[in-house]
Amino acid sequence: MRILLMGNPNVGKSVIFSRLTGVRVIASNYPGTTVSYTRGYMKLGEERAEVIDVPGTYTLEPTCEAEEVALRMLDSGDVVINVVNATNLERNLYLTLQLLEKKVPVIVALNMWDDTRHQGINIDLNRLQEMLGVPVIPTVATTGEGIKVLVENLPKAISPDTKARNRDERWAAVGSIIEQVQQVSHHHHTWLERLSDASVHPFSGALIALIALAVAFLVVRYIGESLIGYVLDPLFTNLWAPVLTKLSELLGSSGFFHDILIGKLIGGEVDFVQSFGLLSSGLYVPFAMVLPYIVSFYLVLGLLEDTGYLPRLAVLMDTIMHRVGLHGYAIIPTLLGFGCNVPAVLATRILESKRERFIAATLISIAVPCAALQAMIIGLVGARGWEYVAIVYGTLFGVWIILGFILHQAVRGFTPELLIEIPPYRLPPWRAGLQKLWMRTYGFLMEAVPIILGAILVINVLYSLGIFEAIANFTAPVVTGLLGLPKEAVTAIVIGFLRKDVALGMLAPLALTSGQLVVGSVVLAMFFPCIATFVVLLRELGIINMLKSAGIMIAAALVVGGLLNLAL
Amino acid sequence: MQIKALKDLKPGEGGRIAQIDGGHGMVNRLAALGIRPGRRITKLSSGFMRGPVTIQVDRTQVAIGFGMAKRILVEVKDTAR
Repeated sequence: MRILLMGNPNVGKSVIFSRLTGVRVIASNYPGTTVSYTRGYMKLGEERAEVIDVPGTYTLEPTCEAEEVALRMLDSGDVVINVVNATNLERNLYLTLQLLEKKVPVIVALNMWDDTRHQGINIDLNRLQEMLGVPVIPTVATTGEGIKVLVENLPKAISPDTKARNRDERWAAVGSIIEQVQQVSHHHHTWLERLSDASVHPFSGALIALIALAVAFLVVRYIGESLIGYVLDPLFTNLWAPVLTKLSELLGSSGFFHDILIGKLIGGEVDFVQSFGLLSSGLYVPFAMVLPYIVSFYLVLGLLEDTGYLPRLAVLMDTIMHRVGLHGYAIIPTLLGFGCNVPAVLATRILESKRERFIAATLISIAVPCAALQAMIIGLVGARGWEYVAIVYGTLFGVWIILGFILHQAVRGFTPELLIEIPPYRLPPWRAGLQKLWMRTYGFLMEAVPIILGAILVINVLYSLGIFEAIANFTAPVVTGLLGLPKEAVTAIVIGFLRKDVALGMLAPLALTSGQLVVGSVVLAMFFPCIATFVVLLRELGIINMLKSAGIMIAAALVVGGLLNLAL
Repeated sequence: MQIKALKDLKPGEGGRIAQIDGGHGMVNRLAALGIRPGRRITKLSSGFMRGPVTIQVDRTQVAIGFGMAKRILVEVKDTAR
C-alpha cells in the first residue's frame, strides 16, 4: 500500500511524514522546502505501508517543477492523507475538493490545530467531516498530537462520490463550507505579527535584513572559529600530532607508504595543512577545518529557515534579483548554496521557468562557494589577512552580479513575477532544529569525508606515479601564463572536481604569494562544480544546458582569474 | 466606489478585487493562492523601486510582484481627497 501526504506548501507534511515513518527529513518554515518526494515506511496493522512526502501544491494544475512532481505522484497512490492548515482553511480546502474529485481515498489531517485556538478560529469538526464526506482528524505535527488517531483512522479513508467541478464552482463550494463550519473572532496583533509587518516594509525591512544577515555572518564565524580554536585544533595538536610523529619515525620518515599515510614532512615535522597524508591532512581538513563551519553555518541557516524569515528576505531582494533575471525567491536556493551546492541546485525547482532554473543553477555553481570551500578560504586566505578574504568574496559577488546581468540579457524568455505566500513567524522548535542540524552534519560526515580521504589517496598515488607532472607541464601555458600560478597548481584544479576543500588545501604547500592564493581560491570556486554538484546539474538541467552552464563556468573562471592576476 | 490598481492602493487600504487583467497563467497562479475576483484584500506594504506588494487575503499574507500588482484591479470605497 502506498500512502501519499499531500497538501498546500508549508502546512507541515514533512513533520507528519517524520512522525509516521521515523524517517527524518528536512522541514523548515517556508513554502517549497520539499522539492522532490521522500519515501518512508510505516507499520499499518500487519502490513508495511509505503509513505511518500509529496512536495506541496496549491492546486492540481501545476505551476512549477515541484508541483508537477506532486501531480505525477497522485496517480500512484492508494490513499491520500491531505494535510490541511487549520488556520487557513479556506485556501487549503480548494486542493482538498480537487482531491475528492479524483478516484482515490482521502483522509484529512487538520494540522496546526493548536494555532486555531490562539488565533480565535473556531472550526466545527463534525460539520466539516459531514460536508467533505471523509474523516477529518485534528493534528499538531510538531508535538505529535493527533498522529495516533490519524493512523487509526487511515482505513476509514474513502473516496466520496464527488462530481467534477470547474474552478468557480469549486471556490463557491469552498465558500459555503467555510460559512457553515468556521467562525473567526477578532484577536490582537501579537509581537511576532508586528515584527512580520516590519520585516517586509521597505525601510524597516531593509534594516532588519542587514542586521539579520550581519548577525548571522558574525555568529557563523564566531562559532566556527571557537570550535576550531578551543576544541578541534588543540585536540589534533596535543593528542594526534604526537601519535603521527611516532608513526612517521616507525615508517622511516619517507617512502611510498609514509607519504600516503603521513605525507611529506615539512621542516622535519608533520604539518596538518601541508603534509597531505591520509592521517594528517586527510583527517585535519575535514574535521578541524571544514566541520566546524558546517556546524555553525547550518545552525544559523536552520534558525533562519525555521523562523520563517527567508520568504521575507525574498520579498526585499526581489527588485535586485530581477536585475539578474531571477525573482526574489531565488535567494533561498542561493543561500542554501553557501552550505552545499547540491541541495541548492535541487531547490531551484521552486522557481517557475526553465530559464530561471538555468540562470539560478549556473550562478550558484559559479559564484556561491559552499561551506567546505569557504572554511578553507577562511583558514588559508584568512591567515594572509582579512583584506584578501574580502577580495575573494568581493570578486565572487561581482561575478554573480555581472554574469547574472549578462545571462538575463542573453537567455531567451522573461522572468516571471514573484508570487509567494509569506508564512507567519514562528519560534524555532529547538529539538527539531537540532535534529536538522545533526542530519546535515551527519550527511557531511558520511558523504564528504570518504570523498576527501579518497581524493587525498588519489593525489598521493598520482604524484608518486608522476602523472600530475605530465598534466602540469601540458597545461602550464594557461595556468602559469594566464593565471600566474605555478604549474603545480593545476593539480589542485583537477582535484577540485572531486572536492574543492581538498583542492584549495593542495595550494597550501606551494608557497604562493597572497595574490596567487586569491587567484587560486577564486578560480577554484568558479572553475567547475565538484562531482556531486555536477551530477545534480546534469540531472536537473539536462545534458545540453549542463554543457552550456559548464562552458560558461570555464570561460568565466579563466577571464576572471586572468584579470585578477593582472590586478594583484 | 472607484477602481484602482493594487499597486496604487495605500498601505492599510483594502477592497474587493474587481478584475484581474492577465493571461490564463497569471489568473491561475493567483487563484491558487485564493486571489480572485470578488475576494476582499488589504494591502499591507509596497516595496520601493517597483518592488513586490504584500497583501492580506483571508488569513494569509502574500507577496505579489509589481507587474502583477499593476494588473489586479481593486474596488475601493471613495475617500475624501
